[in-house]
Amino acid sequence: MSILVFAEHDNSQLKADTLKTVAAAQAMGGEIHLLVAGHNCQAVADAASKVNGVAKVLVADNAAYEHQLAENVSLLVTELAADYDHIVATALTTGKNFMPRVAALLDVAQISDIIAVESSDTFVRPIYAGNAIATVQSLDSKKVITVRPTGFDAVATDGSAEVVALDKATDAGTSSHVNDELSVSERPDLGAAGVVISGGRGMQNGDNFKLLDGIADKLGAAIGASRAAVDAGFVPNDMQVGQTGKIVAPDLYIAVGISGAIQHLAGMKDSKVIVAINKDAEAPIFQVADYGLVADLFDALPELESKL
Amino acid sequence: MKVLVPIKRVIDYNVKVRVKADNSNVDLANVKMAINPFCEIAVEEAVRLKEAGTATEVIAVSIGDKSCQEQLRTALALGADRAIQIDTDQNLDSINVAKLLQKVVEEEQPQLVILGKQAIDSDNNQTGQMLAALTGMPQGTFASAVSVDGDKVNVTREVDGGLQTIALNLPAIVTTDLRLNEPRYASLPNIMKAKRKPLDVKAAADFGIDLTSRTNLVKVTPPAERQAGIIVESIDELVEKLKNEAKVIS
Repeated sequence: MSILVFAEHDNSQLKADTLKTVAAAQAMGGEIHLLVAGHNCQAVADAASKVNGVAKVLVADNAAYEHQLAENVSLLVTELAADYDHIVATALTTGKNFMPRVAALLDVAQISDIIAVESSDTFVRPIYAGNAIATVQSLDSKKVITVRPTGFDAVATDGSAEVVALDKATDAGTSSHVNDELSVSERPDLGAAGVVISGGRGMQNGDNFKLLDGIADKLGAAIGASRAAVDAGFVPNDMQVGQTGKIVAPDLYIAVGISGAIQHLAGMKDSKVIVAINKDAEAPIFQVADYGLVADLFDALPELESKL
Repeated sequence: MKVLVPIKRVIDYNVKVRVKADNSNVDLANVKMAINPFCEIAVEEAVRLKEAGTATEVIAVSIGDKSCQEQLRTALALGADRAIQIDTDQNLDSINVAKLLQKVVEEEQPQLVILGKQAIDSDNNQTGQMLAALTGMPQGTFASAVSVDGDKVNVTREVDGGLQTIALNLPAIVTTDLRLNEPRYASLPNIMKAKRKPLDVKAAADFGIDLTSRTNLVKVTPPAERQAGIIVESIDELVEKLKNEAKVIS
């Protein structure tokens, strides 16, 4: 049994969620190889070699993989797949994008977004926005799996795996990268933050999101938003927490002016401690909150900031 | 340019699903069904391309039993020109859905296939990418902007850190994210007109594809319920609880 895990990275940093995906792979059982596909990504390869539980790091450093275009990466992974029983990636932008292509090229089903491993062929995953939990057995000989990182605890990084350079350049030639517009933020990543404070429609406008800044600064928190706040144009979509946005499970999640639609709950209800601040005592968010405060957020937020 | 839009009939997004008592699946008996919200956005985008003169024909396709004709009629009322139902009562894995769609693509030869990025029932997020691989087309997933430019299409994608724009050679696959557009409401005259638009029915069994399931649904259970929490009376009490009871801030 052997497992190929795709490392999520931006050519300079290995995403911490990859450590959780490796943990999921360990639960499947088998020798784990970590694939770093990128360009000028030596720093990522170095970090990957320290990930515990990894026997070997495969590095495909080529211009064809610089932007991890699905067409090119899926050809590489499909080619490598011949030697593995499980192909595993993190259910983040890159993995979600290219992995189903790999499954189709291998003519197998994909099991998406698993949150637990029952055995080497049976996995647990949320369906219907987390309102039901399915246990699914893969009947294919090769398993193609994406892992929801919030379901697993990160492995440590004091290992020393062998690093092997691959001489590959699979370029489908059908797509090209034009540009990135990435949000620049001093704050931690939504997916990786220990504390997340999110605003909803109750924030009323984008300017009022500044009320969350001071609290986020004091708590070292990331700032998120509900889909309602994103749809209303208050904040950009990459801040969205929910079924179709980011899935987070921080130690502390503070929902401000968020009613608690099931689609939002799907993105945060695995948080360790949930705090809800809403002036509507009937808001469904209070049914999942450990601590609820029925208050006008425009009074509550400045006071909370001053008392932290 | 022809645009193909595969759509899926799913539980209405406002309905809270319940798991069957025998844990075999969720209970969909007598539940309100609707077109998957992402698929509706896909239909809207295709219709806008037609209104802009870029697309010449919009074809909606759905795979399922007769009931999915309801969603195909919705697509026709929104502005699709004709519809295809691939008839089956099997619950298909995404890979088999993609294989059926591949046959439709081979027959219709669309320049653009627009799909929803995921269905809100299975939450798989697979079919568009799989269809792209099977047809050898490039893909622009999680699209928030689409612009056709000669023999290329530029797709702006919602990625983890913000936005990424890529250029794809046509023919290509696009999957929609929520912010791509806001679907219109079908007007009554258009709903009436949709009833007379062509809707072909083809049997899935006639496509010559092995549709055997590759997965076995072992069980479906309700999610763990969170313990009901408490309502605090003041910010002071909240801060005290977070510090001393939950111990999540210091």
